[in-house]
Amino acid sequence: MGIVQIAVVLAVLVLLVKPLGTYVYHVFSNEPNKTDRIFGSVERFIYGLIGLRNREGMTWKKYVGALLLTNAALTLICYLILRIQQILPFNPNDVGAMEQTLSFNTVISFITNTNLQHYSGESGLSYFSQMAVIMMMMFTSAATGFSAAIAFIRGMTSRGNTIGNFFMDFVKAHTRIFLPAAIIVTLVLVALHVPQTLQSTLTVTTLEGAVQNIAIGPVASLESIKHLGTNGGGFFGANSSHPFENPNGLTNVIEILSMWALPAALPYTFGLFARNRKQGWVIFSAMMALFFVFLATVYSAELHGNPAMNALGIDTSQGSMEGKEVRFGIPQSALFTAVTTAATTGTVNNMHDTLTPLGGLVPLAEMMLNCVFGGKGVGLINMLMYAILGVFIAGLMVGRTPEFLGRKIEPLEMKLIAIAILMHPLIILGPTAIAFLTELGKGAISNAGFHGITQVLYEYTSSAANNGSGFEGLADNTSFWNITTGIVMLLGRYVSMIAMLAVAGSFARKQWVPETIGTLRTDNRWFVGILIGTVLIIGALTFLPAIALGPIAEHLTLG
Amino acid sequence: MKNYGIVAIRASIVFIVICGILYPLACTGLAQLFMPSQANGSLVSNTDGEVVGSALIGQHYDNPAYFQSRVSSIDYNGAGSGSNNYGPSNPVLLQRTKDSIEAWTTANPDVPVSELPIALVTNSGSGLDPHITPASAEVQIPRISKLTGISQERLHELVKKHTAGRDLGLFGEPRVNVLELNIELQTMIAK
Repeated sequence: MGIVQIAVVLAVLVLLVKPLGTYVYHVFSNEPNKTDRIFGSVERFIYGLIGLRNREGMTWKKYVGALLLTNAALTLICYLILRIQQILPFNPNDVGAMEQTLSFNTVISFITNTNLQHYSGESGLSYFSQMAVIMMMMFTSAATGFSAAIAFIRGMTSRGNTIGNFFMDFVKAHTRIFLPAAIIVTLVLVALHVPQTLQSTLTVTTLEGAVQNIAIGPVASLESIKHLGTNGGGFFGANSSHPFENPNGLTNVIEILSMWALPAALPYTFGLFARNRKQGWVIFSAMMALFFVFLATVYSAELHGNPAMNALGIDTSQGSMEGKEVRFGIPQSALFTAVTTAATTGTVNNMHDTLTPLGGLVPLAEMMLNCVFGGKGVGLINMLMYAILGVFIAGLMVGRTPEFLGRKIEPLEMKLIAIAILMHPLIILGPTAIAFLTELGKGAISNAGFHGITQVLYEYTSSAANNGSGFEGLADNTSFWNITTGIVMLLGRYVSMIAMLAVAGSFARKQWVPETIGTLRTDNRWFVGILIGTVLIIGALTFLPAIALGPIAEHLTLG
Repeated sequence: MKNYGIVAIRASIVFIVICGILYPLACTGLAQLFMPSQANGSLVSNTDGEVVGSALIGQHYDNPAYFQSRVSSIDYNGAGSGSNNYGPSNPVLLQRTKDSIEAWTTANPDVPVSELPIALVTNSGSGLDPHITPASAEVQIPRISKLTGISQERLHELVKKHTAGRDLGLFGEPRVNVLELNIELQTMIAK
């Protein structure tokens, strides 16, 4: 049954790609269509509220400027809310103000779509903060990433100086995608027993007469956008392994599809913008092929279990159940793990710290590549970056002019791509090394030996990839970790985003070159291979030494 | 660009209101109106109608005559959640499991240790797992039968009755809700 239920989820996903990708195309193509009648008036009202009079296209520099200003304004306001949450409304459990470095880390974490959580939701946030900061930023950061991806696609596929209007994209991402989808998913989740209330913590007398406190709150409305926006920050400390966040197999599947469907549909949207649907499927196929390898690895590793536990003489036929929930078992846990780091959501329904070494290698590696579907928008941008790189390398090898989508790839683009590609390992491996050189960093490790190396590596990889899952044993709520991961999250989010929007801006201004016999085709099976090869050679080799020291070494010691 | 700054600030405020206040409040309103039981934590009552917990949140049982839940480092304290996050090579994980197995053997001398399912001696991710696997319930029957005098057949029937299948027959794993199981066991003991 394990493989069957996984296969069904994959099949549903593939069926969703075309309709969803088409819908997203209609939303952002800015050509009049039916959705205008439903959402047009709401959007015009919001444009009025925010004072958006100039709705013309922006150059890439202006687009980036508008994006950064909006993100900066949200960050400042939310920082303020966290610091004074004790005097704001909706605080039935009397939660106090959040400490400075933790507030810094939290707002950065949510504005960058990372959702790394160094606080525990039950005790660290008032309901107002959960709603006005956490839930709200889950929408806005997803809409920001989505807008950036759409602007990038426009630049790659259109001609002219402009790549769209950021504020319009940002508003439409809310009104036409995230808000309606979130409301529907919320109500479905409540129907399947996820709580949605503003009352304070419950107190019950148990069957044996003991007192049990049960934290509760507006869980479902956070749960839906947490996945739809590939955010990942849980209402509770235990995230989606908490039975209130994810009470059964069906909610698990809904949460998986919620976080996966939009990133999976974006390559198709890209194909529509490029007027070459095959090109979209090529990108999708490369992502899916890589995903299969990762999924198969984590599934078989967890099913096979931990050799040290298997030697204890008990019935271990179920696999490695440490850190996993009975209702999910191995199949739904493995699938969730593979998807959450592929889509860089970072929500977890089992504890990644407790995964077998090879099982834990999978989420780590997916975040290191950061392009196997990838987070809201960013994954597609990264994959297209690898595609340009693949064209460049393959084109030079066979002596063809490097062209992508009818435009020549020139030194400027390659320099920008080099910045984006090198940034990722730099902000992962650099801080990891620093953490090991200082007592402040080393002191947080809770599992000794090679596993400790993985814990630190995972924390920075998760921050850089804006994923947010963690090897949660790490005692990371200290100034050192709050500040270093905060900086890594910022660089991981904005440096590559700005570099790639610059690439898009430069692409848009280029002359189109007619396709000739000498053009390297990028919309066939061969290019799927070239793309996967580029991702593996460039992405994977960079991290191999670090992986060998962590999960692989641990695997060998378990025997 | 100067104009962008003002739009950015106004947009921030507008979206804090829409996404951060209106959206969750509207969802709460709809949920409370149409699905109050689910929206308020799926509370369950015993046969006397007293609320004894949530069907979704596991509990700890001291009395060995009850079906036991999985290991929980937070002792099923629902005010928090989580676990110790012991890595697979952590010696403390092995020691904890060995201790659990030893305690199990003492309490269940009639069942060979090779039948003890791994799920019962491992910590769930949330520390609040309300379920055990059907096999984890079955292996506890000889002990409970001995302590309560209820026949093993009746206990098998009880476990079977409380075994939930996969959702839609497909997703997730078969499971037994320990609290609901023990509520009925309690009334059987009382009779």
